Amino acid sequence: MALFRFKDRKTEELAAHINDHAKKMDEKELFSFAPYDPNAGERGGYSGYSYWRSTLRAFRKNAVAMFFLLVIVATLLFTFVEPLLPYEKEPNTIYYSEQVQLDLFTRQPKLDENGNPIVKVDLSRDIKPGKEYWFGTNAIGQDLWSQIWEGTRNSLFIGFAVACVDALLGILVGVLWGYVRKLDFFFTELYNVFDNVPQTLIVVIISYILRPGMGTMIFAMCLTSWLATARFVRNQVVIIRDRDYNLASRCLGTPPWRIMVKNLLPYLVSIITMRMALAIPAAISNEVFITYIGLGVPLETPTLGTLVEAGRKVMSSASLRYQLFFPVVVLAVITISFYVVGNAFADAADPKNHVN
Amino acid sequence: MAKYIGKRLLRSLLTLLIIITIVFSLLRLMPIEGYFENFEKLSTAQINVGLRQLGLKDPLPVQMINFWKGVFKGDWGVSHKYRVGAPVLDIIAEKVPVSMKMGLAALGIALLLGLPLGILMARSTRTRFKIGDKLGTVFVVIIEGIPAAIYHLLIQFYGSKLPGFDMFFHADRPLTWILPIFSLALGNIAYYAMWLRRYMVDENNKDYVRLARAKGVSGGRIFSSHVFRNAIVPLAQFIPTSVILTLMGSLYVESLYSIPGMGGLLVQAIQRQDNTLVQALVLIYAAISILGLLVGDIFMALLDPRIALGKKEGDR
Repeated sequence: MALFRFKDRKTEELAAHINDHAKKMDEKELFSFAPYDPNAGERGGYSGYSYWRSTLRAFRKNAVAMFFLLVIVATLLFTFVEPLLPYEKEPNTIYYSEQVQLDLFTRQPKLDENGNPIVKVDLSRDIKPGKEYWFGTNAIGQDLWSQIWEGTRNSLFIGFAVACVDALLGILVGVLWGYVRKLDFFFTELYNVFDNVPQTLIVVIISYILRPGMGTMIFAMCLTSWLATARFVRNQVVIIRDRDYNLASRCLGTPPWRIMVKNLLPYLVSIITMRMALAIPAAISNEVFITYIGLGVPLETPTLGTLVEAGRKVMSSASLRYQLFFPVVVLAVITISFYVVGNAFADAADPKNHVN
Repeated sequence: MAKYIGKRLLRSLLTLLIIITIVFSLLRLMPIEGYFENFEKLSTAQINVGLRQLGLKDPLPVQMINFWKGVFKGDWGVSHKYRVGAPVLDIIAEKVPVSMKMGLAALGIALLLGLPLGILMARSTRTRFKIGDKLGTVFVVIIEGIPAAIYHLLIQFYGSKLPGFDMFFHADRPLTWILPIFSLALGNIAYYAMWLRRYMVDENNKDYVRLARAKGVSGGRIFSSHVFRNAIVPLAQFIPTSVILTLMGSLYVESLYSIPGMGGLLVQAIQRQDNTLVQALVLIYAAISILGLLVGDIFMALLDPRIALGKKEGDR
């Protein structure tokens, strides 16, 4: 006990001594929390380096990526322009041709009892690609060219929507999960649980509860896909949260939200953009898969998934194979473009590649 | 180490419990029409009897407890829809070997082709024209960029034209095994090649490798004991998981070639609302993937002595 008292006495003495000493010191020499000061940033050597400008420059140098970016932009624009073009066919209209039936002997049109000519309706099924139908028609006589562009528009919309939700939820949860230590255990367990509930089960149940359609499809995909993003962001945050500059920020009393927004997020921008660029083709191919197991969107909203599936069904007859190949080619071009651009952007956004 | 593994196993058990609870409740959200073949013709009394027979009349917690009791006794329930009256475990036991044979063959091929391809690409980045690297990258981009569903379809389509091959799988004709195995392997070849190349290039640019090169260590020695040794560690983590995951089969490839494996079983069970089968499958899947993670971590710790398990709590 005496020992502790001795220690206490020593501590008090030391504290009193420091206090005495501090009183003599100037206000500026004492430790105080540093409030945010935009001018302080200017005091360091300013090199004229701009992150985004360097990123763009590095990206522009990559000719292959620029080409694929052009492909994406052109495709995106064309899906919106296409329905406005004159003489375009409706994607969902079933085309047919009418033929007046002739009498075998008189070579005159056959008439019904009201005196009108009898017209035989012939559905324009499975017409090969040609002048009238650029990509041919499908099994019930719809124009494949306009169906493909409508489908591309819908598929891209699904992709973008899923990627946006993915990024928003994923970043929010991921940063919290990584930065707030107390939440780590909770989120990790939560992740383990939800990661193991099969996605098929969720999609099936949602399409039972809600009406099948684009909204349902997007909702079902979003429910599970953001988990992976959150985990990914979390791992990155854990790596950088205890770097020296963040430690310094904490010591200087920077509020946590400011550290998250200003210190952590900029570091993650490149990784997040890459994941978003890759999430779009992933969502599109996921849609193809979901359609294959029979849970896709209804047929009146064509997507690349429903078109590929329709083409797959007629794959075995050689004359109808174009119904599979046109959607497959468009789909492949789109997904490859996104993949290449996403990876190239990630390389360009890495500050290590800015030094030339 | 043993303490760490024990702790993690205990925690996994808890996770499994929660997963099953969620899946149990989700399954009960399904409309009851699916449980009966001729729902419209049945009277309310008949439906009630039917539901009681299926054990769906008890409150949810009682159903849960009954299920867990059964699991520990080795009685996982009887299939009601998929194959009426057959024990769930029998159905699964019959499907697993098919999937596993295919999956292991595919994984073996992927490792045998993917790792050398990655090494070739990484070594080629140090040559003047980088031809190997460029060709390999084109291959990786095509395989990773195009949805698997598409190139599986194309492989089936063109491959089946070769003599001796067929659109569908026949257990007694080994030649028909080649296409599905090749389809399964292709994605993994690209995956292993891409990551091994990236890790090796990263390692190649590190200062200690440069020093070794500068002081005249032979290229082969640098490759085998520095670059490859370090680059393979993060990949090795996935290998045990992939081996275990072959149990589950592949949904798309198996249904394309109509292979009687595990892949399509879950989807079919869900679509036909065979609750007992779904529960059993989800339980197995979850247990497998949790186990896979654990084995992967242990494997990585064995390969890389710098990694110590158990120190970083709640971090894996």
